[in-house]
Amino acid sequence: MAERPEDLNLPNAVITRIIKEALPDGVNVSKEARRAISQAASVFVLYATSCANNFAMKAKRKTLNAGDVMAAMEEMEFERFLEPLKEALEVYKKGQKGKKEVSEQKRKDKEKKQDSENDRSREEEEEEEEERMEEEPEAEEDEAEN
Amino acid sequence: MSQNSSDKDDQSPGNKKGISLPISRVRLIMKSSPDVSSINQEALFLTTKATELFVQHLAVTSFNNGSGKETNSLSYSDLANTAEETETFHFLTDILPKKILARDYLQSLEEMKEEDADF
Repeated sequence: MAERPEDLNLPNAVITRIIKEALPDGVNVSKEARRAISQAASVFVLYATSCANNFAMKAKRKTLNAGDVMAAMEEMEFERFLEPLKEALEVYKKGQKGKKEVSEQKRKDKEKKQDSENDRSREEEEEEEEERMEEEPEAEEDEAEN
Repeated sequence: MSQNSSDKDDQSPGNKKGISLPISRVRLIMKSSPDVSSINQEALFLTTKATELFVQHLAVTSFNNGSGKETNSLSYSDLANTAEETETFHFLTDILPKKILARDYLQSLEEMKEEDADF
């Protein structure tokens, strides 16, 4: 639960970056406009949650799921979001699924690595694994990052 | 500089997952809704992503319809206009009220009085 009202705001720096990336280069967005968009985004979350929750309640479920959120977007007439959301969810699911496999793989790799220090075959896995870097002691070998 | 630190990019923790808004904050906002008991991870992810799309859509729509195209700027009144004029953004009219000058407000009150008097 939010204890202070400002806990229900989204971080301004991130909101500002999203706005800047969406608009043509060099557009000046007033401070007032940025604050308004940020507040609008919080209201959007609440509105979407409320719509999604209605769908969950109708289906006698207590937990909001992906289908509820998608249905909420349609109800709110943001059909234009459906396609990008589907795509993002696919990527997300793969990432979640991949995490387990990758950490398995990682353990095996680590064992191998102690035998052959010049193993360069891990480049592709690196992208999915950035969160695990903290636990990765051989980070200085990552010439292929990004 | 150790290369170690460049591996951990703290600036955009969610970027590679395709989202940059903090999921934990979005969950907090969702949970502040009294009827919501629990939210699964996918629903949370989708809502966060949708919020980003919403921010982009609101900014772009307001800029394209707004007055700031020549001056390359986006102002509050562009947003307030979008909330009022675009169907899908109507739910924002409460938090994006149009600003009017007290002078104009008083004048419109006067006009209303006069109209009343005419009938």
